[in-house]
Amino acid sequence: MNWLRLYAIVYLVFLYLPVLLLPVFSFNDATVIAFPLNGFTTKWFVELAGIDALHGALKNSLFIGLSSATLSTLLGICAARASTRYRFPFKAPIMGTIMLPLVLPEIIVAVSLLVVLMQLGFSLTSWTVIMGHTLICTPFAIAILSSSFQGLDQSLEEAAVDLGETRWGAFSKIILPLVTPGIVASFLIAFTISMDEFIIAFFLTGADPTLPVYIWSQLRFPKRLPSVMALGTLLILASLVLLSIAEYFRRRGIRRTGAKDSGGFL
Amino acid sequence: MSSIISLSGIHKYYGDYHALRGIDLEIKQGEFFSLLGPSGCGKTTLLRVIAGFEDVSEGVLLLDGANMARVPANKRPTNMVFQSYAIFPHLTVGQNVAFGLRKKGLSKADMAAAADEALTMVGLAGYGSRAAHALSGGQRQRVALARALVLKPKVLLLDEPLSALDKKMREQMQSELRRLQRQVGITFILVTHDQEEALIMSDRIAVMFEGEIAQMASPQELYRRPATRRVGEFIGVMNFLEAKQTGTTEKAVSFDVEGLGNAEISVDQLPEGARATADVVGLRPEALSILFEGQNPTGRVADATVQDLAYYGDMTYYEVTLEGSSTPVTISMKNLISRPVLERGTKTRVQWDERSLVIFAA
Ligand SMILES: Nc1ncnc2c1ncn2[C@@H]1O[C@H](COP(=O)(O)OP(=O)(O)OP(=O)(O)O)[C@@H](O)[C@H]1O
Ligand SMILES: [Mg+2]
Repeated sequence: MNWLRLYAIVYLVFLYLPVLLLPVFSFNDATVIAFPLNGFTTKWFVELAGIDALHGALKNSLFIGLSSATLSTLLGICAARASTRYRFPFKAPIMGTIMLPLVLPEIIVAVSLLVVLMQLGFSLTSWTVIMGHTLICTPFAIAILSSSFQGLDQSLEEAAVDLGETRWGAFSKIILPLVTPGIVASFLIAFTISMDEFIIAFFLTGADPTLPVYIWSQLRFPKRLPSVMALGTLLILASLVLLSIAEYFRRRGIRRTGAKDSGGFL
Repeated sequence: MSSIISLSGIHKYYGDYHALRGIDLEIKQGEFFSLLGPSGCGKTTLLRVIAGFEDVSEGVLLLDGANMARVPANKRPTNMVFQSYAIFPHLTVGQNVAFGLRKKGLSKADMAAAADEALTMVGLAGYGSRAAHALSGGQRQRVALARALVLKPKVLLLDEPLSALDKKMREQMQSELRRLQRQVGITFILVTHDQEEALIMSDRIAVMFEGEIAQMASPQELYRRPATRRVGEFIGVMNFLEAKQTGTTEKAVSFDVEGLGNAEISVDQLPEGARATADVVGLRPEALSILFEGQNPTGRVADATVQDLAYYGDMTYYEVTLEGSSTPVTISMKNLISRPVLERGTKTRVQWDERSLVIFAA
């Protein structure tokens, strides 16, 4: 009877041990990543502060992450509303096509985007990465937002119009507040996906690498490894904070609308 | 009195589907008007046409004399109580009620006062600061009413507002709605598929079948003089007996009615066009009565046999067959202390009156 429990424990260890080792080694006073530990230090974090290329990559990643999260959430709102509210010809194939990048191998997407962009004569910049990331984040945004829009009573909007609002007023005063938790969740998830996406960024990035691409480039230098560990620790912390915020918004949204909590995406 | 709503020749197509087939309707200011009909007959569609949520394919809609053809829903002097109530869940009760007031250019204090007044009217005084999503079904319904009434619309549209409530709550809301309507004097148009509800609440009822109005009349008129067999069947219980026309005079038409014999029907009891075609007459269950032992008949009498009965405490519904006929006929009798409840198979006599026979239009 304890096999299941054992399985669960092994599973969790396998899943989280590497992640737990990251902060451990980032505070270890040695350049080699190995046990036994050597003593406590914060110098790797201090060192991070001094690497200009890293700051550039971080800024670049933030910019790309915010831009693609915004774009894919906006596109997601339009698509989710269209698919839940309206009937139109070829709806199923259209929605299918939009959701396709969810299951396409990223390397294929990356290579084909690269080929097309080259053919069209685009030069590779942060904007080409944003395009690629928007493409792969939008299906996630649609998936999250569709469930928000689906849960809404259709007559809410008509009721607002009936009470004198314009169609836009009804949408912005009634529908938007009610799907705000979904929007926040969609934004944060798209942002997270973009922040740690590597393949598309690797292919489409120009002179300024994103954070994952930068980290990858640093792995060639063993001396840099501990500071990469420190960087990883900070990134984990940031993700935890972001996910907590997303969860907070989701719960608040549920409380505000009085709906039942059915688990949620996060 | 003038018409607050006037519809003429309204047609509505959904693609190929002909949902409204020429609706003509005049509703007077202050009336409690009901649209009654089976599921899918177009009641909601008609209500949504009036509210401005559906464009008409053809026809003219006047609201208080003004043509509504180019007036969008948010500019019409109508307000709607939705079947799902459509209470905004992220707002408080007070904010819900004041929602429509924000466009009226009132001061904050006036708005709050109006909202409070409306809430008091529907029996929810002091609920203003409650979260709307924490209300019960009956309370939501009241908030929806207050939210619409606070705008003092010329016409209030209600789409099956009571169908989501349990029986007890529904009966309470029926009388409350009626009281509220008299109090505010606003024209109410109620959509319902519950004939009892329509009879109880309305000044006038339009019975709809398949996108057409079959009959429009007061509850009494509708019950006593249904224009067609289908209306008679839809409203209350009605017995149908075969009839043959046997003669006509200036004042009356005579019929030979299955099981009852010859009946002379006065011409003012006939709907137009019924003369030549009537092959069936209708009789309500209370238009026949069983003659118990020792009772003297005051009208026409026929022999009958009790086939079945349903005992309701205050009433007994007998299913009898009349002598010379095999059509089951339902008779409702009040139960009195001096009266036995007859058993199955009892031979008895029933009494009836020519004045309560209903002849239908072709
Ligand atoms: N948007 C629409 N598109 C296509 N057909 C529709 C649409 N709305 C309604 N219909 C059709 O029009 C007919 C009338 O619908 P309506 O909703 O008015 O019926 P109803 O009398 O209110 O019925 P119920 O008592 O079930 O609410 C139905 O057959 C329905 O299928
Ligand atoms: Mg309906």
